[in-house]
Amino acid sequence: MVKPLADGTSARRVPSPVPLRPPRLRAVWLVAGLVVVVAALLVGVSTGPVTLPPGSVAAELLSLLPGVDLDSGLSERERALLLDLRLPRVVLGLLVGGLLALAGACYQGVFRNPLADPHLLGVAAGAGLGVTAVITLRRGADGGAATVLPLATPLAAFVGAVAAVALTYALAARGGAAGDRSPATLILSGVAVSAFLSAGQTFLMQRDADAIREVYSWLLGRLGTAGWRDVLLVLPYAVVTAVVVLLHRRDLDVLSVGDAEASGLGLDPRRTRYVLTAVASLGTAAAVSVSGLIGFVGIIVPHTVRLLAGAGYRTILPVSMLVGGAFLVLADLVARTAAAPAEIPIGVVTAFLGAPFFVLVLRTSTGTRS
Amino acid sequence: MTAPEPVIATRDVRVELGGSRILDGIDLTVTAGEWVAVIGPNGAGKSTLLNAVSGLVPATGDVRLFGRDVRRMRHRDRARVLASVAQSPIVPPGITVLDYALLGRTPYLPRFGRESRADLEVVRDVLVRLELLDFADRVLVTLSGGELQRVFLARALAQQTRLLLLDEPTSALDIGHQQDVLDLVDDLRHDHELTVLTTMHDLSTAGAYADRVVLLAGGRVVAEGTPREVITEEVLATHYQARVRVIDADDRPVVVPVRTR
Repeated sequence: MVKPLADGTSARRVPSPVPLRPPRLRAVWLVAGLVVVVAALLVGVSTGPVTLPPGSVAAELLSLLPGVDLDSGLSERERALLLDLRLPRVVLGLLVGGLLALAGACYQGVFRNPLADPHLLGVAAGAGLGVTAVITLRRGADGGAATVLPLATPLAAFVGAVAAVALTYALAARGGAAGDRSPATLILSGVAVSAFLSAGQTFLMQRDADAIREVYSWLLGRLGTAGWRDVLLVLPYAVVTAVVVLLHRRDLDVLSVGDAEASGLGLDPRRTRYVLTAVASLGTAAAVSVSGLIGFVGIIVPHTVRLLAGAGYRTILPVSMLVGGAFLVLADLVARTAAAPAEIPIGVVTAFLGAPFFVLVLRTSTGTRS
Repeated sequence: MTAPEPVIATRDVRVELGGSRILDGIDLTVTAGEWVAVIGPNGAGKSTLLNAVSGLVPATGDVRLFGRDVRRMRHRDRARVLASVAQSPIVPPGITVLDYALLGRTPYLPRFGRESRADLEVVRDVLVRLELLDFADRVLVTLSGGELQRVFLARALAQQTRLLLLDEPTSALDIGHQQDVLDLVDDLRHDHELTVLTTMHDLSTAGAYADRVVLLAGGRVVAEGTPREVITEEVLATHYQARVRVIDADDRPVVVPVRTR
């Protein structure tokens, strides 16, 4: 009865000793990610109008660790520059970049769409509208309420972000057969939603001429003018987002075979999608509320990591988070130094890099879909 | 002793999709160790019947797997008793054969857990059985149609279920690879006491492998029995509007199309 199989070799029943390597995060990629982060951190805090020697900076930073006390040789002014101005800005860059890259990778898995990105799904625009509403309302409240709710900004951003992604997804679902959303359909829906929400944002801005400047500078994306306060604001959201998304890293691999098959494998695809979309939008909202609209990080970083380190989300998610942070710190460095003493908005820097990259991804992804 | 619980028992299953009735009152019983082939003309509802059995489409009526209502089973529990291979499964870009087969272990992993050494051993045995071990590190998109079909089967077998649902498992394969895959399924059925429910396009192939054949037309079961009882010239003329001759070969029907002009 038993026929030899296709290749004509006889059936081998003895397991060969080839070691099978399960799909786990390999230490080499984690280490590589950490090295990139540390390097970006050092370069980021050393470089500026006043260049600090990297060796002294490293000594100073190590001294921050409990039980380490090194003499860095930095003056009191240099210390203040390092610890109160540059370090919070770089740390904020790490957090925001990490969140945007993680959210991008997460959206790409959840929607099975290589072009999904916080920016392109309308999530960022939704968060932007939320933040603008808070800024204008706060100004309208005539200073009396100016101190109201420091937490209102991220909350409004979150509400806007979730509403936007839900709207984009629903529009894309209407457009095609359910469960079959092509990259283009989802992105076009995202563009429509973004345009609508941006119009709402512009409307709010125009009603209040004084708010325009504040909103506009925020809109283009900038990292931290408020020092450690912004870092502390975004940190809890970053932790929650990172923990929840990383816990679901294998579920994202299961989702890659489609809803019906994922369900057949024992996963509840709808519930997983809701949880992950909500938490990725939370992370995006937190990032947007402190740093404005910084695009393309969620596309550039996960795709590069996928290309280098492989397709499993157990690698893509954590490594993207690290590399995303480092990427944004370096983008900020360019933003600060390229036209010094003026600053280019960081969103402009990432867009210059990201737009060509986006075209590249679009070409390859439509090519493989046939 | 009571009779053993049937593996699949459906009663009066009806499915409506987009306003049209796809299944119209299906009663189907499959007992342990059987290979049942669902045949029928295009649009008869064959794939929908498989989806109804695995609880993937909303259906009225009763679907029981090993005596349990499929719609009240948790995803995980269902994935431990029933594994299926879709007609044209999604091939995720960049995934390797090993990683893909390991997805079959999902229903056994702790929540947020990862594959243990035991899971890896299960998958290794499956890959050896399907002669895929040398392909373990290959990326799916680089494989041929016959190799891919074995990889899909590997993921389903890694689920270690006693029931296997295959939707047109051989429609993309040439006749030699069709026989390879179906012989393999038959061997596995004997070795692991699997119960197999397949849809089949090719009637001669269905007749050659199935113990029992169920003919669907217009969402109803119109004939049921051994291949010789169901696959006859009259039945095919009525339900397929086909002009064929059915030849007996080793007690199995062989369907030959007849050209009339």
